[in-house]
This record gives sequence, structure tokens and C-alpha cells, in this order.
Amino acid sequence: MAVLTSSSPSPPSMAQDLLNSLPKTLKLKTKQQELLIRVTTLGLIYILAFITRLFSVLRYESMIHEFDPYFNYRTTLYLTENGFSEFWNWFDSESWYPLGRIIGGTLYPGLMLTAAALYKILHFLRFAVHIREVCVLTAPFFASNTTIVAYFFGKEIWDSGAGIVAAALIAICPGYISRSVAGSYDNEGVAIFALVLTFYLFVKAVNTGSLSWSLASAFGYFYMVSAWGGYVFIINLVPLYVLVLLVTGRYSLRLYVAYNCMYVLGMLLAMQIRFVGFQHVQSGEHMASMGVFFLLQVFFFLDWVRHLLGDAKKFQAFLRITVTAAVSVGAIALGVGMASGYISPWTGRFYSLLDPTYAKDHIPIIASVSEHQPTAWSSFMFDFHILLFLFPAGLYFCFKRLSDATIFIVMYGLTSMYFAGVMVRLILVATPAVCLISAIAVSATVKNLTRVVRAKSQTIQSGSGKGSSASKGSSKGVVDNSQPFQKNGAIVLLLGAFYMLSRYAIHCTWVTSEAYSSPSIVLAARGAHGQRVIFDDYREAYFWLRQNTPPDAKVMSWWDYGYQITAMGNRTVIVDNNTWNNTHIATVGRAMSSYEDEAYDIMRSLDVDYVLVVFGGVTGYSSDDINKFLWMVRIGGGVFPVIKEPDYLVNGEYRVDKGAAPKMLNCLMYKLSYYRFGELTTEYGKPPGFDRARGVEIGNKDIKLEYLEEAFTTQNWIVRIYKVKPPKNRW
Amino acid sequence: MMTRLNLFLFTFTILSSHLLSASASDLILTKVDRRIDLSSQIVRTTTTLKVENTGSDIVSEILLSFPENHVNHLAHLTATLNEGRGKAKTSSGVGLPVEVVHPKGVPPKLTIYSVTLPKGLGKGDSLTLDVLAVFSHILKPFPEKITQADIQLLLFQESAYYISPYAVKVQSLTVKLPDARVESYTKLEDTKLQGSELKYGAYENLPPFSYLPIVIHFENNQPFAVAKELVREIEISHWGNVQITEHYNLVHGGAQSKGEFSRLDYQARPYVRGASAFRRLVAKLPPRAHSVYYRDEIGNISTSSLWGDSKKTELVIEPRYPIFGGWKTAFTIGYGLPLKDFLFGLDGKRFLNISFGSPINELVIDTLIVKVVLPEGSKDISASVPFPVKQRQETKFSHLDIAGRPVVVLEKNDAVPEHNEHFQVYYKFNCLSMLREPLMLISGFFFLFVASIVYMHADLSISKSSASYLAKIQWEEVQATVRQVHNIISRCLTTHDKLEASLHDLSRTGDVQACKATRKSVDSSLKELTKELKSPVAFLQSSPQAAQILPKVEEVIVKERDLQEKLMAKHSTVVDCYEKKLGGREIENRVALHHQKIAALRLEIDDIMDLIDEI
Repeated sequence: MAVLTSSSPSPPSMAQDLLNSLPKTLKLKTKQQELLIRVTTLGLIYILAFITRLFSVLRYESMIHEFDPYFNYRTTLYLTENGFSEFWNWFDSESWYPLGRIIGGTLYPGLMLTAAALYKILHFLRFAVHIREVCVLTAPFFASNTTIVAYFFGKEIWDSGAGIVAAALIAICPGYISRSVAGSYDNEGVAIFALVLTFYLFVKAVNTGSLSWSLASAFGYFYMVSAWGGYVFIINLVPLYVLVLLVTGRYSLRLYVAYNCMYVLGMLLAMQIRFVGFQHVQSGEHMASMGVFFLLQVFFFLDWVRHLLGDAKKFQAFLRITVTAAVSVGAIALGVGMASGYISPWTGRFYSLLDPTYAKDHIPIIASVSEHQPTAWSSFMFDFHILLFLFPAGLYFCFKRLSDATIFIVMYGLTSMYFAGVMVRLILVATPAVCLISAIAVSATVKNLTRVVRAKSQTIQSGSGKGSSASKGSSKGVVDNSQPFQKNGAIVLLLGAFYMLSRYAIHCTWVTSEAYSSPSIVLAARGAHGQRVIFDDYREAYFWLRQNTPPDAKVMSWWDYGYQITAMGNRTVIVDNNTWNNTHIATVGRAMSSYEDEAYDIMRSLDVDYVLVVFGGVTGYSSDDINKFLWMVRIGGGVFPVIKEPDYLVNGEYRVDKGAAPKMLNCLMYKLSYYRFGELTTEYGKPPGFDRARGVEIGNKDIKLEYLEEAFTTQNWIVRIYKVKPPKNRW
Repeated sequence: MMTRLNLFLFTFTILSSHLLSASASDLILTKVDRRIDLSSQIVRTTTTLKVENTGSDIVSEILLSFPENHVNHLAHLTATLNEGRGKAKTSSGVGLPVEVVHPKGVPPKLTIYSVTLPKGLGKGDSLTLDVLAVFSHILKPFPEKITQADIQLLLFQESAYYISPYAVKVQSLTVKLPDARVESYTKLEDTKLQGSELKYGAYENLPPFSYLPIVIHFENNQPFAVAKELVREIEISHWGNVQITEHYNLVHGGAQSKGEFSRLDYQARPYVRGASAFRRLVAKLPPRAHSVYYRDEIGNISTSSLWGDSKKTELVIEPRYPIFGGWKTAFTIGYGLPLKDFLFGLDGKRFLNISFGSPINELVIDTLIVKVVLPEGSKDISASVPFPVKQRQETKFSHLDIAGRPVVVLEKNDAVPEHNEHFQVYYKFNCLSMLREPLMLISGFFFLFVASIVYMHADLSISKSSASYLAKIQWEEVQATVRQVHNIISRCLTTHDKLEASLHDLSRTGDVQACKATRKSVDSSLKELTKELKSPVAFLQSSPQAAQILPKVEEVIVKERDLQEKLMAKHSTVVDCYEKKLGGREIENRVALHHQKIAALRLEIDDIMDLIDEI
């Protein structure tokens, strides 16, 4: 017996030792496993963010999309061919004829320099890729990089779990994809990366108080300034954040170091960008940052004085004097600056951000762009999907665990949400914040739920071990009974969260493939038998211009097509998408809305050789010039009162059929769009001259052109080019 | 028009008045048959000459003459001996060498080519010679500018008599037209128009340099596709592919279009209102061509179709827009071909054998540049082309190239489909060089991974004594210690479980002794663990870095000790009860209090442990 008792414990104890040592080795490994899982997940997210943006390349081809990217592509091409200094000093005589455009001083060069640098690096590594491929893939590449930054940002403000979720959410968020699919070679593609990077580095600097992080954030800011005009958002949000920290009594030396270093260096660096230059210290949009900069100095000074004085009463008196003095000096400085014109007032674009109705009344050219319209609820839903509901939940978690970092993300989220509501395109700026805050919600919820699930299962295990007899269970039965319910609830919630997130992933993929991956240069439609029909009319027309017009021909078109004509058609345009000169655009608008003989004089004075119009009446393509015509009238009329909008309307209605206003039926745009259209039968069972885009039979079928002649019309009539005839001999 | 023609006639009358008094007139042409094919933009003149030597000397060369306005457009000239008399084969045997000569006494407006015979023509001997002359750009559109609705009319000038330095006994001329419709033609006495064929002759016994100009004005709506420049790049990859990229710069070489282009008219009746335009081109690619693409500077062109069989691959390409007279377009087509069809080995050398010209039908090429890109590391490069071309060498940098690939550049002006002959490029290449690029990639990635391993393991901090560095190291130590503490505590907890398990056994078996023994062993192991705890805790207490964690650690230790005591108390209570043989309910009541406390403590400890674990 004694032998038995002494020997029996030994094998179990060995087993126990094994059991003890097993978790020990596992415990050591969990950290590594966790690291491995984290790195792998991030790697997969990185790849996912890239490949989800390739729909358009697979479905169409590796091409540049939309309008502005063509300008960026053209300048990048110029940069790689002629070198930096040529690019920086480039006077482009091909646009804004006869004014021309100083390219180096009127663009944000960040994108072009980035693409050119990538191109150079690839060539250095002996990958002989074409610059077009680099440009096409720049945006997806930077979207991938953004996910990594989002991970670190999430880690900084919450924990690494939130970071991973944030990376995953932002990788496929439609709000971001809309501007970063392959081929969408636009400033926003790199700017969102720069924006999130700057914010992350700044938050890191505030959290650590380290000079090196704030230096890094200054350089991030510099990159942002070089890439996109949206840097104004940073330079206003950061001081606002600092102000909020000051007001809430969270002022610290860390904040002082971070902001001062970031502001001063960032400002100096930003002024190196020619397009920004002295605006950074002179324009009204940048004044807030300067004000906060001085305020911080006052704060620091007061802190120091209080430390020296050590007497509350004296300090109060001193405080009063200093604050009055500082405020009055600041106010006087601002007043003098404004009055003397040294500090420029806010620009119209800035106003239109603060007041959504401003642009409509004062700057029709801003209001005419569809992406500058106030956002509809549906597009919020479309771009954010479940993030829209997770966002407030995330805010709740942020408020529950307030820190310098969470205050920042809350402010970023709220302000950018406001701007997203003002302008459709600014959904893009809100996307990182929404993703981060939602990630906090997801991560915190899932973490809490799994803790519940895990903790209960542990106690149940130990409980079953303890539950030696049925009679024992009575006392703890009360506790036990509620546990399965909680646990089940947690499991259901977890499954629900999983379901929601998978719906989100499905939605994002669907949106990406259906809505955001069309290059808009090539139009695709379903044919009668379900096959894909491609309308490549834009490129047909631009290539015709490129090949069959004299190299110095000047083409007049509405400004939307300016960049494409210069990039693809390689011809000089009168106006383009860089809408810097409203009068010039108004002149074109005036020509388009005048009678042919009046328009001829205007075109002669502008040296126009060809006129290009976009017409969707045959195919039913709705974003054509007739539908944009109202804006031409409005913008033209804004500068030249000869053009009166009511002349083109009938009972406040805009129409092209028989009931249209006589001026409408005979203006240049109408004539050019519908020239000989009256003889064409577009749809079976409809009279000839039936406009499919507007669903009406046109009002003027007998159009004669006196000063122009049809030079080219594309296969589906989408682009029509007319040649301006030379003046008739008088003898 | 009449004045032009008159001028033309005038010059040639002067020309033909100079008669050659050369010694070569020993030869006579007994029969000359000429066929001129005007059915496309390329004019092909096939002349069959029956030559007889009437002199006494052996003649080894035969002279051919062409008027100046033809010579300027002469793209291709071959002369072949026709030996199979019965069956009139067009080309039997290889072409004879032809060169320009300048004999004396020749009218200045004539250019004389000399055909060297393989063996001299003896006295009284005769032979038959086939001469093929191909002209490009020789058809002049008249009128030069037409509207969209007009048809394209062309003017062709020729002599009804064969212009030759020799006397011609019998001769005839047949002109093949694309269409039966002829606007006008010079009518001579024996001129016949049969369908789309125009016949002049036969004429007999004409002296040397007889000349009788004729003009044909006819309709031709064949595509006048002229490549101003064509760059063909043939890139050899020894991994099994020949990649061909062709950059075309195309223009419609016919009558210029003027006035409006109306899409409506073109769309409604494309073959009437746009008869002179061409909308598609057909390229006959070699069989097994793959990865075909068709694009231009601004992107892919979607209007093309491809089908193939074992003999050829046919690619039909449509330019972005119909090409009217004078309109231009530019595009690139590319395709891959299997290497084994074109690359062969010969005496340790390799050679590429591939066709020279463009695969597009009936295309006139003003400047044809063929670039053969050989793999990096090729040596002893030489090219052999059956006709004269300009040659030079270049270097091209492609993926993963260091020294660059050698490129043989061959340039030929005025190329016509007759130049689609095979040419050869010989070079030496070591197969091991093929592995260089994959190895470069592999080593690149290898070094990348090695570098990241080194980075992860190496201590790259600059100052080993800086405060932050020391703090970091201390922090790591603290973390290790905390982990140690965590381990020990979790071991304690498992020991506790053992105790509980023994109680469980007790309730089943009632073996009090075993239970006591377990308790003893647990006691001792717990004591050991407590001892083990001392040194890490001491370290944590001494370390300033651990100040934040220390309270938690201490708390968990205190709690654990508390739990230990509670467990022991419970254990002894239960064991006591069993020894006293108390009833189940009694035990239950006594233990209940302990039990709750233990459960609560256990939960607290678990929570704290989780917290510590996260650190």
C-alpha cells in the first residue's frame, strides 16, 4: 500500500510536468505565432489592396482613366523624357492658347516625381517597364502602402488588433478605391497615403514627444503638400487639434515639441513647392496654424512664468496682462495683414467647403463639376456600407478611453465627415478616419466578445472539474445558469459581426467591379445578345486629331476634354481642366452658346482651327455636351452678360425638342451636336432625329453650317469634330 | 490634262530620236511579252524576252532599259532564266545578278540595267528571260483631290513599245486593270479592251529604243496603304519564343480627300460614300503565332480579329477610323512565334531564318527597318539578306540586362511584298547564359531575405551606452522576468487543480490516504514554486523599469497565496469530514463558503494573469 501510494503519484506528476512544460513552450511560441499571423495577415492585406484595384486592367487594359490623370500622365512623360529642371521650368504652350500655362508653378509635382522615381528605380533594377505601366499602377501601390500606415496608426491609437482591422477595412473601402483603382493616376492616389502618414507620424510625435517623429511628420507633410491641395486640411486640422488639447487641459511638453517642430519645418518645406510658395504664410487658409503656433509659445511662456513666480495671485495678474496683450497683438497683426492685402482672404473653394451653397451662387465653375456636389445619403451608404454604423460605435469606444491619440482620431473623423457631406469627392478624405474609428469598434467589440467566450469556457472547465457531485452544484448553479446564456449571446454576436464584415467585403468587391473600375474613356455596354459592346469613340477622335490635323492646330472644346486632347490628341487646346482662368472658359462658353456667325468671330479671335463636341444622342450616352450646355451658358453669362440664361429656357425648362427656345435651336453647340442628325434613324419605331440620351425628337432637323464643316465624326457619333473654315475672300 | 500629256510625249519623242549605236546590237529580241498588273497600288511588270544572238561574239550580259519616270519608282527587279520552254514557268531557278550600267550612247532619260548570264550566249543561240519589275508610287491619282463621294481615278503612263537597246521582232503588251471601268486610254490601231484587260499589239520589227507613249486613266479603289516607316523588331528569347513587334506609320497614298467627312453618308453607304477609303488590313502571320496584340500610342484598339490554321494565322485589323486619301494612322502589332520554327543550328553557330518584310498584304513600305534583337551575350554576329540593305549594330536594354542585347539593324527603302524573303542572322550563344537572369533574380531575393534576417538579429543601435538603449535592454529583461513570474504562477494554478482533482477522487473512492499523500506532494511543490518566485520578484523590485507592472505582479502573488491557503483549508476540511464520515450535505455546507471565495479568487487571478500576459 505504502509502495503504491508512493509510486502512484509519480507517473501523474510526470504527466503533469509534461503538461506544465507543454503550455510553457506553447506560451513562448504564442508571441511568435501571433507575430507570424500578424505579419502574414498584413502581407495578405497588402496584396489584397493591390489586386482588388486591378479590375479595370483585367476588364479593359492598362490605361489611364478619366480626365485629370491624362494631364498627370503627360507631365510625367515629359518629366521622364526631359529631366527635372526642364519639367520644373516647363512653359506649356499647348494649353490655354494663347495664354499658355506655366506647368512647374501651377501643379503639385508630388505624383509625377513619385512615378518618375519609381520608374527610375525599376530601371535601375533592370526592369524595362514603360512609364505608362508605372503610372497606371502607382495608385494601387500607394493604396497598399496606405494599409500598412493604417495598421501602425491603428496600433498607435488603440492596439495592434485595431490596426489590423483598420488595414483590412481601408484596403477594400470603396470610398478610397473610387480614387485609387489602377489607371486612376491622380494626385489623390498618393495624397491619401501622405495624409494618413502625416497624421500617424504626428500622433506618434505627440505620444512620444520625440523630435525625430515630429521631424518625420514634417517631411510627411511636405510630401503631402507636394502631392495634393488637400494639405490645407492637415494644416487646419492639426492646429485645431492642438487647440482642443490646450482647452481640455491636456497641454504637455510632448505636444509643444511635436507641433512646433512639425509646423516650422513643415512650413519651410512646403514653401519650396512653387504652387504653394508664400501662400503658406500669407493666405487666410493657413493663418490658423500660425495663430496656434504663437498661442503655444504664449502657453509655454506662461507655464514658465508660473513656475518662476510660484505665487497664484501674482500669476493671475500677469496672466491677464499677457493674454490681453497677446490677443490684441494677434488681432492687430491679422487686421493689418488683411487690410494691407498681405494676408489674402479665403478663396472661393475654401468658402464653398464651409458653406455648401456658396459655390452655386458665386462660382458656377466649381458647382458645375459633379464631384463638387453635396453628397447624397446613398453615396455615403455606397462608399462606407457598414462603416457608417460602426463609425459612431467607434466614437463611443474612443470617448470611453480618451487619450491624446483618440482625441485626434475623433476630431479627424468628425471634421472629415462634415467635409464629406459638403462635397462628394471629399468622402475620400473621410475614408481613412472612418476606417480607423470603425476598426476600433470592430476590434474592441470582437475582443470583448471573445474574452467573454474564452473566460466562460475556462470557468466551465474548472467548474466541471469541481462539480464533483450533483448536490454540490446547487450553490453555484445560479452563476452557472447565466453563463451559457452569456456565452451563447457572445457567440451569436460574434457570428453577427462576422456576417456583417463578410457582407462588407462582398459589397466592396461588387462596388469596385461595377462602379469604380470603368476608365470612362472607353465605354462598355451590353449588346442585344448579352455580349459586351465597346465604344472607343473618344480615343478614335483623339487619335484622328493626332494624326490628321496640322501639328499646330488649335482645338476648341468644353474644358472637360482639354487634358485628354492635349495628352492623347497632342494638339493645342483653348481651355482645359485646370480651370485657372474663368474668363477664358467663359469665352468658350460664350462661343458655344452664340449663333454661328457670332461664334465664328470669337473663334477667329482665338485662332481656333477645330471644334470638338461630345454628343450622346446616338448611343444614349448622357454626360455629353448638350447636357453640360446649361453650365456653358451659365459660366459664359457670368462673365459676358450678352449671354442670358433665360434665352435658352422655356418656362424655366431646358429642352432640345420642338418646344425649345429659338436661341437654343440655333446656337453653335446645338448645331454642332445635331448637324445632320435629323437624317439619322437611331431607334426602331422612332422618327429620324430621335435623341436617345434625352428621349426626344430634336427640334431643328435642318441644320446648315456656314462657317464650319464636319471634319470627323466617330463611329458612334460620340465625338464630333468640325473644321473652322478660313474666312471667305471678299473679292 | 492634255497639256501635261503633250509635254510628256514631247520629251519622249526627243528621247527616242537618239538611237543607240552600240556594239551590243548583235542581239535581237525575237519575242517580247509584257504583262502589266495594275490591279493594286503596286504595279508589277512581267516581261518575257526571247533573246537571240545574231552576232559572232559570245554575249554574257543582256541590257534592260527603263525610262526615268519608271526607274524612280522601281522597287524590285529580278531576271530569271526560263528554261522549261513548254510550260511557261514564271520563275525557274534563281534570279540572275542585275546591276546598273552606263554604256555610252544611251539616251540620257534611260537607265540601263545589265543582267549577267550564267554562261555566255553563243552565236545563233537563244534563251528566254523572265524579268519582273515592281513599281511603287507609280500610279498617280487624277484628280489629285477628291471628295468623300468620288471614286479614285489613277493615271498610268507606259510605252506601247518595249523600250530596249535591241531590235524587237514581235511584241505584245497586256495591261490588267482592277475593274472593267476605264475612264480613258490611249487608243492605237490595234488596241483591244476585253473585260478588265487592255491589249496593245502585236507589233513587229521595231528598231531599238522605239517608243510610243500610252496613258491609261482608270478607277482603282484598292487600299493604297503606304507605310511611311515600318520598324520590325524581332526579339529572340532562348526560352522558346520569338517576339515580333511591328510599328507602322501608315498613310493612304491615293487621292487626297477634300471637303467634309460625313459619318452619316459613310455609315449609310460605306462602299459608295467612301469607296476610296480603306477600313481594314489583313496580315498573314506565320502559323502558331500567339499572344497577338494590336495597339497604338494611346491604347489598345479593340477592332481586330484573328483566326488561324496549321498553315497560317490571319489577323484582320481595323484602324480606329476609316482611312481616306491622305489620312494617316499609326499602330503597333505584336505577336510571339515558337522559336523552333525559326531558329536553327549550324556548325556550332545558330541562325535565325525569318521573313524580312511586313505580313500585311499589298503594303508599300517607304522605309523598312528590321531590328533583330539577339540574346545578351551573343557573339560573332553576321546577317545575310538576299538584296542590298543598310546594316548597323545597336544595343538594346530590356529586362534584367546588364551589358545590353546586341541588335542587328537592317534598313531598306521602298520595300514591296516581293521583299518578303527569308533572311538569316548568324550568331554564337552559350546556353549557360540563359540561366544568368533567373540566377540574378534568385540571388536578388536571397540577399533581400538575408539582409532582413541580419537586420532582425543584429543590434544596429549606434550608441551602446545611451539612456534609451539601456532602458530598452532593461525593459526586455523586465519583460522576461515578468514572463517567468507568469509561468510560475500558472504552474501554481495547475498544482491547485491537482489538489482539486484529488478531492474529486476522494468523493468517488473515499481513499483518504491517497488524498493526503497528494496534498503532501502538492504542498512541497508549492513551496518550491514559492522559493522560485523570490528571485524574479526581487529583481522586479530592484528594477526601476518595472515600477508600473510591479503592483500587478505583487497583487497576483498575494492573491495566489491567499488562494493557496483557502484551498488548503478547504482540502483539510473535506478530508476531516471524510475521516469523520460526515454526510454529503454536511460537507457541502462547510465547504460552500470556501468554495465561493476560491472561485472568486481564481477569476481575479485569471484576469490579472491575462493583463500581465498582454504586457
